[in-house]
Amino acid sequence: MTYLHSIGEYFLMLKGVFGRMTKGSVLKNLILKEIDDLIMGSLGIVAFLSFFIGAVVAIQTALNLNNPLIPKSLVAYAARQSVILEFAPTFISIIMAGKVGSFITSSIGSMRVTEQIDALEVMGINSKNYLIFPKIIAMLTYPFVIAISMFLGIAGAYSAAVLGGFVNSDQFISGLQDEFIPFHLTYAFIKTFLFAFILATVPAYHGYYMKGGALEVGEASTTSFVWTSVVLIITNYAVTQLLLS
Amino acid sequence: MIQVKNLHKGFNGQEILKGINYTFERGKTNLIIGQSGSGKSVFLKCMLGLFKADKGTIEYDGKPYSTFSDEEQRELRTEMGMLFQGGALFDSMTVEENVMFPLRMFTKQKKSEMLARVNEVLERVNLEGNGNKMPSEISGGMQKRVAIARAIVNKPKYLFCDEPNSGLDPQTATVIDNLIQELTVENDITTVLITHDMNSVLEIGERIAFLKDGLLAWKGTKEEIFKTDDASVTDFVYSSNLFQKVRKAQLKGL
Repeated sequence: MTYLHSIGEYFLMLKGVFGRMTKGSVLKNLILKEIDDLIMGSLGIVAFLSFFIGAVVAIQTALNLNNPLIPKSLVAYAARQSVILEFAPTFISIIMAGKVGSFITSSIGSMRVTEQIDALEVMGINSKNYLIFPKIIAMLTYPFVIAISMFLGIAGAYSAAVLGGFVNSDQFISGLQDEFIPFHLTYAFIKTFLFAFILATVPAYHGYYMKGGALEVGEASTTSFVWTSVVLIITNYAVTQLLLS
Repeated sequence: MIQVKNLHKGFNGQEILKGINYTFERGKTNLIIGQSGSGKSVFLKCMLGLFKADKGTIEYDGKPYSTFSDEEQRELRTEMGMLFQGGALFDSMTVEENVMFPLRMFTKQKKSEMLARVNEVLERVNLEGNGNKMPSEISGGMQKRVAIARAIVNKPKYLFCDEPNSGLDPQTATVIDNLIQELTVENDITTVLITHDMNSVLEIGERIAFLKDGLLAWKGTKEEIFKTDDASVTDFVYSSNLFQKVRKAQLKGL
């Protein structure tokens, strides 16, 4: 029953988010600030993780290719498929659930604890729209982060495979182009958009409806990370089943 | 003027407000007093529309606020100012941005006009020159004054204050009390103030409503509250040693 109540409350929150809109000029500034906080602030860690994950995938694949009948170019093929289909969109989103999700939950939760959300409501402002809508719009730029992640993941794989002496550059480029299906990119970006919405709204729900004090803000951040990850994984499974099977 | 008629509110089967009837007058400081758990905060949140009343009506100058839709209530709330117990300043904004916030949201003024109004109210609460500070850089008393400035910057018709003196030293508390009363008279607004503080009652209690167990147990003025024989009121008023001594002196005719 608690879960059903929470799911209902989440959808009611979404209805409120798209209710009475905040003044345009104010909203514009809020969106730009959220892009800076949520997207720009995450680029560093995303770039770092993507590069090294790509490198590790390439090394692992190369070390497991003992059969001389299997072409060396498979290293690049495996790295490309892993990075585009799962590592960039899904793995990075789980990392973002920890970084961006916790930030959203704790910032909104702190506002709840210190009555700042009540202050917005008393002023006649739709607090759900003011606080959550700019985050959703800012997260629409999240696919750019994932595109960068894909590029750096493959660049990492190239560096590790070629500089590590597992394959030469031509073999890697050949493997990278081998049996490329453009729809896989479409699939990856469709789920990235869905993940962006989840990353903005599930942590916002946990922050907005939290009760208690500073300790509960910490608990809400942890719960938010767990549930955002669960929703991401379930959505990933559903989208993959729908689009690829 | 705010009229409350037969207001009921409960949570999880427990009735907190049990049928309150009261009128808050314009141009006066209307105090709501009572022990912790008597229903004061629930009463205030019902008046603000943050809680929906189970039964009864709340009218703002004849407008049936309690029957309004959420959107209509939000519209009327632009005419309200609220001073929260902890100030509830936006901690990501400077003092100036906090005070300017209602103007940015609800007016089409130019930035220069907004700044002029912000400086005017900051001066009114004796905080000129502090506009660029963050809320965390100023004292609790100053935060309360910034919150008052934010509450009055858009010239509200109704001002609500939730325990404005909590956590303040007596001297600062008196400054805040006097400021609220002066603003009420200057702007001819309806001020509703929740307090536990008997000093506030003495300072600014033009009209007092005493709540007990979710009911309006007594109403009157600051002069009348020290003369009443109502046991529930006298138990509350004379609970402190200082006021007990005053009471003994009164009874002795001193």
